[in-house]
Amino acid sequence: MTGLRRTPLYESHRRLDARMVEFSGFEMPVQYTSILEEHRAVREAAGLFDVSHMGQIALTGPGAVATGDRLLTRAVRPMRPGRVRYALLCNESGGVVDDVTVYRLAEEVLFLCVNAANVEKDYRWVVRHAAPDTEVRNTSEETGLLALQGPASAEILRPLCDPPIDELSRYAFDRVALAGCTALVSRTGYTGSDGFEIYVGVGDLVRVFDTLLAAGKPSGLVPAGLGARDTLRLEAALPLYGHELDDATTPLEAGLDRFVELERGGFLGADAIARQRAAGLPRRLVGLVLEDRGVARAGYPVAHAGRVVGSVTSGGPSPTLGGSIALAWAPPELSAPGTQLEVVIRGRGARARVVETPFVRAAPARAGR
Amino acid sequence: MAEYDIPEDLVYSRDDEWARAEGARVVVGVTDYAQKQLGDIVYVELPAVGTTIHQGDVFGVIESVKAVSDLYAPVSGEVVEINPELARRPETVNEDCYGDGWMIALVVEDPAEVDDLLDAAAYAKHIEERSE
Repeated sequence: MTGLRRTPLYESHRRLDARMVEFSGFEMPVQYTSILEEHRAVREAAGLFDVSHMGQIALTGPGAVATGDRLLTRAVRPMRPGRVRYALLCNESGGVVDDVTVYRLAEEVLFLCVNAANVEKDYRWVVRHAAPDTEVRNTSEETGLLALQGPASAEILRPLCDPPIDELSRYAFDRVALAGCTALVSRTGYTGSDGFEIYVGVGDLVRVFDTLLAAGKPSGLVPAGLGARDTLRLEAALPLYGHELDDATTPLEAGLDRFVELERGGFLGADAIARQRAAGLPRRLVGLVLEDRGVARAGYPVAHAGRVVGSVTSGGPSPTLGGSIALAWAPPELSAPGTQLEVVIRGRGARARVVETPFVRAAPARAGR
Repeated sequence: MAEYDIPEDLVYSRDDEWARAEGARVVVGVTDYAQKQLGDIVYVELPAVGTTIHQGDVFGVIESVKAVSDLYAPVSGEVVEINPELARRPETVNEDCYGDGWMIALVVEDPAEVDDLLDAAAYAKHIEERSE
């Protein structure tokens, strides 16, 4: 694949026999052994993902917090240093520019972790709308990111980090020494299982990756690719920008109400979202479980009583549940759990039932030795 | 081609299917190269018994985690049997593509159509030509 960017772990992926694919302009591993095996490893033990293609935008200075408060659907001001939040960047119409996590490092120091597909867009967005006295830097090129996910994650990381991270709560982070490098470790992830995201300088990526893989092997740690990353996040009903979210979709339609502080207001898109809430949503994102054989996939129509009423945004097999699951647009009056719909697969309707999400609730963190 | 299993006693189509003559029937499946390229198979859709299919036509669908692929008939004939195991365990195709992972059995109209297909050596070459 020519013209594609590579993370510093490219050679490591090749040596592990990864099958590489293009993703957001990067050549990334889709699988090492099998998507299903890597998925199961994360649910039962642990998987290690290279997600260095994602971006980071640093905000510093007296205006940094005001910028965060102005651009994000959740306020930065109340966050203590050492906390992370998931929030949306919205445009004036309430549509989603990106879904991000925001880290507060200090009084006047934050960073956003953003989707690989949106790095340039988000950086320009933040620069354009930043409050005065804010320094905005795109630190993506110098930042490497690994995700260690699965119930064995804490037990694998514990002996490697100083200070220890096993008491770290969900959505908290700490700066630690790891494999002789400085790392920022947060108890966050995109799989629905317990896990950690590990930020290091790009020069330290290979060393940290190798150290983690070796240390985690006795606990069942395997390298895991983007294929498993997608099947895992689907089971957790987590949105993927470009599928469930885009600039014409509001967080309310996508079921992300709890990540939008409508009462606070004052952020880009707040007024439009409030107006939509008052008027009633035109559509809702639902979770579907297929009851007939077949696999639901993005773009397939969703029907009710012979009429097309929506479409699948993401779909595929659920290795944990068996069968196929999907996220899909449905009219609000057909969005209640238990509603019977159909996913149209190659012209034939496959019965599907609306369910509460997430589809899979992962087991709590494993007790350590 | 040490990395792909290509039994000598089968014939092959350019669409990565294999065919085995069993008296009046021809049994059809997908090759080791195909199952490796596809990855984990999660769903297989086969025609109903009694369906007539023509050489080169799409006769079914095979789905991996990420993708949907067509199955192409290597020969023409009437479908007389389909493998019931694949509805229950589609991963059988990954585990034993030439044995338990067989897909359909046909009674062929024109036995000479099998001569259009590739022998093991020619199929190996066909794989090489498509690899980088």
